[in-house]
Amino acid sequence: MTRKRVNMKIQEMKTDLGVIKDLELSFGKIVDETWEEPQGPTPFPSITDLRKWDMKILERYKPFYLPFCDVCCLCTFGKCDLTGDKRGACGLDMAAQQSRIVLLACCIGAATHIAHARHLVEHLIEKHGANSRIDIGPSIEIEAPITRLICGIRPERLRDLEEALDYCEGQVTQLLSATHTGQEGSNLDFESKVLHAGMVDQLGMEVADIAQVSVLGFPKADPEAPLTDLGFGIADVSKPTILVIGHNVPSSVGIIDYLTDKGLVGKVEVVGICCTAHDVTRYSSMAKIVGPISWQLRYIRSGLADLIVVDEQCIRADTLVEAQKVNVPVIATSSKNCLGLEDRTQSPSKEVISDLTEGKAPGALVLDTDKVGEIAVETVIAVAPKRNKLKIIPEVEEIVSAAAECTSCNECVRACPNNQPISTAIKAAAKGDLNPLADILEECVGCARCDSACPNDLPLHSFMVKAGEGSLQKEKFKMRVGRGAIQDVEIREVGGPIVLGEIPGVVAIVGCANYPHSGREVAEIAEEFAKRRFIVITSGCAAMSIASVKDEEGKTLYEKYPGSFEAGAIVNVGSCVANSHIAGAAVKIANIFAKRKLRGNYEEIADYILNRVGAIGLAWGAYSQKAASIAAGVWRLGIPVIVGPHGAKYRRMLLGRKDKDEDWKVFDARTGDKIYGSPAPEHLFTTAETKEEAMVLIAKFAMRPNDTTKGRAIKLTHYIDLHKRLYGVMPDDIHLFVRNKADIPITMKDDILRILDERGWKDRRIPDPTLLPRLVRRRKGE
Amino acid sequence: MSEMSVTADPWQKAEIAGPKKALLILKPEVVVAMMRKANRSILVVGHHAAVDYSKDVKMIDYSIRLSKTAGIPMVATAHTINELAKMNFQPAASMSAMEIGSRLSDPEWTGLDNKGQYDLALFMGLPYYMEFVILSGLKHFASNLKTISLDRFYIPHATWSFPNLSVKDWDQSLQTILEKLGGT
Repeated sequence: MTRKRVNMKIQEMKTDLGVIKDLELSFGKIVDETWEEPQGPTPFPSITDLRKWDMKILERYKPFYLPFCDVCCLCTFGKCDLTGDKRGACGLDMAAQQSRIVLLACCIGAATHIAHARHLVEHLIEKHGANSRIDIGPSIEIEAPITRLICGIRPERLRDLEEALDYCEGQVTQLLSATHTGQEGSNLDFESKVLHAGMVDQLGMEVADIAQVSVLGFPKADPEAPLTDLGFGIADVSKPTILVIGHNVPSSVGIIDYLTDKGLVGKVEVVGICCTAHDVTRYSSMAKIVGPISWQLRYIRSGLADLIVVDEQCIRADTLVEAQKVNVPVIATSSKNCLGLEDRTQSPSKEVISDLTEGKAPGALVLDTDKVGEIAVETVIAVAPKRNKLKIIPEVEEIVSAAAECTSCNECVRACPNNQPISTAIKAAAKGDLNPLADILEECVGCARCDSACPNDLPLHSFMVKAGEGSLQKEKFKMRVGRGAIQDVEIREVGGPIVLGEIPGVVAIVGCANYPHSGREVAEIAEEFAKRRFIVITSGCAAMSIASVKDEEGKTLYEKYPGSFEAGAIVNVGSCVANSHIAGAAVKIANIFAKRKLRGNYEEIADYILNRVGAIGLAWGAYSQKAASIAAGVWRLGIPVIVGPHGAKYRRMLLGRKDKDEDWKVFDARTGDKIYGSPAPEHLFTTAETKEEAMVLIAKFAMRPNDTTKGRAIKLTHYIDLHKRLYGVMPDDIHLFVRNKADIPITMKDDILRILDERGWKDRRIPDPTLLPRLVRRRKGE
Repeated sequence: MSEMSVTADPWQKAEIAGPKKALLILKPEVVVAMMRKANRSILVVGHHAAVDYSKDVKMIDYSIRLSKTAGIPMVATAHTINELAKMNFQPAASMSAMEIGSRLSDPEWTGLDNKGQYDLALFMGLPYYMEFVILSGLKHFASNLKTISLDRFYIPHATWSFPNLSVKDWDQSLQTILEKLGGT
C-alpha cells in the first residue's frame, strides 16, 4: 500500500448541471493494494484493541509494585500520602499510581524513539527523496515485520513510513493523556497502556532504523559487517578530534561527508559515545567508538576531544559546562537538546567557526546537518592547536595533596549508586596509593554524583580517571559494526530449531551501562551463552561492553564468534533503534517458519512467540525511560526481560507464580483441552540481583510450552548445569519442567528421576499451546 | 551505639521514603522483642551477606546463626545458597529477591511450609537500593507484615531499621540479638 494525500480545491467550475463554487475535496489516502495477504483483525490498534490480550498476560504475570516513595506529587491536590490502602485526593491508590508512573516512563521512552524516527525520516526524505526505496538487505521480503504486524501496511518507500509515524504519535498522545489526573483509575488498565506504549515504541524504532539503513549505506543485514575500533585509547588524538555523543546520526553523517568532500580524510579523528557512535561506524569506517554512555565525563575531562557535537538522548546535561573547563566548543544539533546555545543555523558558517575558535561563544546550536559538518570540521582544525589537549585531570601529586583534605565524611560513598568505597580509596590516595581509586573506576558508571556530594569540592571522578589512566589508554578493542536486520534466509534456517527448542534460546543482551559492577559482567554472560550455542543478539551500550574484553590471544568476542543469526553467534544489530530487529526476528520466526499471518495480526503472533519462541531479553545496565519502553514492547510480544539490580528502580515487576498450577494452563490447540504448560517463561519482567542469578534465569526463561522433548532436554541441561555450577545445588523446580521422561537430559537421568519421585511427579502431555480459544482447531465432540 | 549513628537518614541520601518511615532500632533488644512477638517469621538473605564487611565480621555468619538460634526459615536470594553451602548450611528456600517479595505481599500465600502467612520478615544482605524498593513494596502491599532491616544502613521503608552504623556497632548489635535469643 502506498499513501498519498490528495487535496483538490475548485473555486469555480461550469458544468452541464450548473456552476460549482468553492468545492474542496480531500482524500486522506489512496490505497494501492498489491499485497495479497488479507488484512488481520487489528491494523493500527487503538489503545484498547489489544486490551484483552494484555489482560491475559497480566492475569499470569501479576504486577509487583515497588514504590520509590509514599506520595504522589503530580497535581496541586497533593502531595498525597498513598501509604498502604490510602487514596489520594483524586481517588487514585498506590498500585494505580505506580503503574501510572511506569506508563509515564514508557511514554517518554516511546516519544523519544518516535521523535527520533520522525526527524530521521523527514531529514532523509529531504535529502534522498520521498520515493527512496525501503531496502534493508538482500533476500529480505519481510522488510518491516513490526510495521506489517502492527499497522497492517507494507512500506515500500520512505514516504510510506510517515503513516506509521502518524499512528505512533497519535497513540503516544492518547496514552499520555491517560495519565492526567482524573483519567485512568485502574492499575491493570494502566499496565495495558504500558504495553501499548511499548508496542508503538517498537514501531517507532523500526521506522527509524529501516529508514537510515535503506538510504545511508549502512550494512544491510550483513552477518559479516566490518569490525570497528572501540575503546578509550583508540583515537589518534595527535589529530584534531571530534567527539560525537547521542543517538541520532545525521549531524555525524554531515561531518563524515564534509571530511570526504574536502579531501580531509585522515586529517581529523571522529570518535563517538553511545548510539551515535554505533550509527556513525555503520556509516563510515573513518569513525571510531570511545565507549558506552558512562564514558562521557572521563573522555571530556581528559581533554582528548577538541570539539564536541551532541545530538539527542542520553547526553549529560552538563556537557557544555564540562566542555568549557577544557576549552572545547560544543555544537548542539537537535531541537530537543539546545543546551541554551544561540541558534546559529542561519549565520554564515565562517562567523560561527570564528566565534567558536576564538572562544567568543562556548558553543552553537546548528540545526542543519550539512552546516554542522562544515562548522565542526573547520572549527576543530582551528581549535585543536590552540587547545593543546587541555585537560582537567589532576596530576598524581595534586591528588595526593588534595586527598589529605578529605574528612572521611562518606558523602561520596552515600552518593555513589554502587556504594563504592570512595572514601577509603581517598585515604589510600593521601598516602600515595592510587590503586584503590583505579579499582573503583573499573566499576564506575560515570555519574560523578561523588563530585557533587563532596563538601570539599574534590573532583573525585577526575581522581579516579587519573588513577585508571594507564588502563584507559590501553582500551583498544574490536566490535562488529551493527548489521541491522536478520535475513529471511537466516530465519528459515534457525526458525525450526528455535521453536522446537534445539537451539536452546535467543538471548538479547541490550540496554545501557548502569551496571552494578563493570561491563565485563555483560561480556561474561554473552560468552557463556554463545558457548552454550544460544543465539546472542545485542545492541546499544551492551554491545560495546561485550567488545570490551579480550582473551589470552588478544581477541574480543566479536573476533571469536560469528555475526550471523545462528547458534553460538554474537550478533550486533546496532544502536538502540536497531532493537526493533530483535523483536522483528521473533515476529519473522512466527511468520516465515510457522506461516502465521502477520498483517495486522498482533495477538496471534504474540501468542505464538510467548508459547514457542525461547527468546529472552537481558538489560543488565538499563537506566533510561527508553529502556523501559523497549522492554514493554517485547513484553506484549511475550518475551521476558531480566534487568540488573538497578532495574528494580523501574518500580514494577511482572511476576509469574510457579506455585499456582492454574496460572500455567494453556489451551491445547489440537483438542481445546486446558492443560498445564509449565511456568515457561516464569516471569515477564524481573530483576536479577547478581550476574549468576541472571545466567540461571536466562537458561530457565528459554523454556517454552511448545518445546519438543529433545529441545526441552537441551534446555533443561543448560538450566540445571548453570544452577549446579552457580548455585551449588540442583534446582528445586525441575518437576515443573519435565513433562515426560523423554524430556530428561540423559546425563542427569538418575538424579532427576530421584527428584521426580520425591515430588510425586506424573507424566503429562505436551500441548500445542495457545492462550487464544479462537486458535483451537478442533474441540472434543466436534 | 555511637552518637552519630542515631539519625534516620537513608544511607543513600536521595532515597527519601515519605510520611511513613522506619522506626529506628536504637537497642538491639527491640529486634528480639519483635521476633518473640511474631507468630511466624522469615529471614531473607541476599548475596552481599557473603561479601560485605571485614575479614572478621561476616554477615553470612550472623544470618546462619540467627536462623538457627531463632529457628526461623531462611530464604537465600540469587546465588547466596552457594555461599551458604560452603558453610554447610542449607536454607529453607532459594528464591529470587523479587519472588520472595512478591509472595510476602500475597495475602493468600501460605508460606514455604504451607502453614500460613508470615507476620515478620527480616532482611539482610541485599543491595541497598533493591532492599529499599522491595521493603517499600511490602510496606504498601503487605498490610499484615512487619519488616526489619538488619543491614548496617538505615532503610526507611522497613517497619524497623538500624540507623547507619559503623561495622563495630553493627557487629555488637547482632551479637546482642543472638545472645538475647539464647544463641552464641
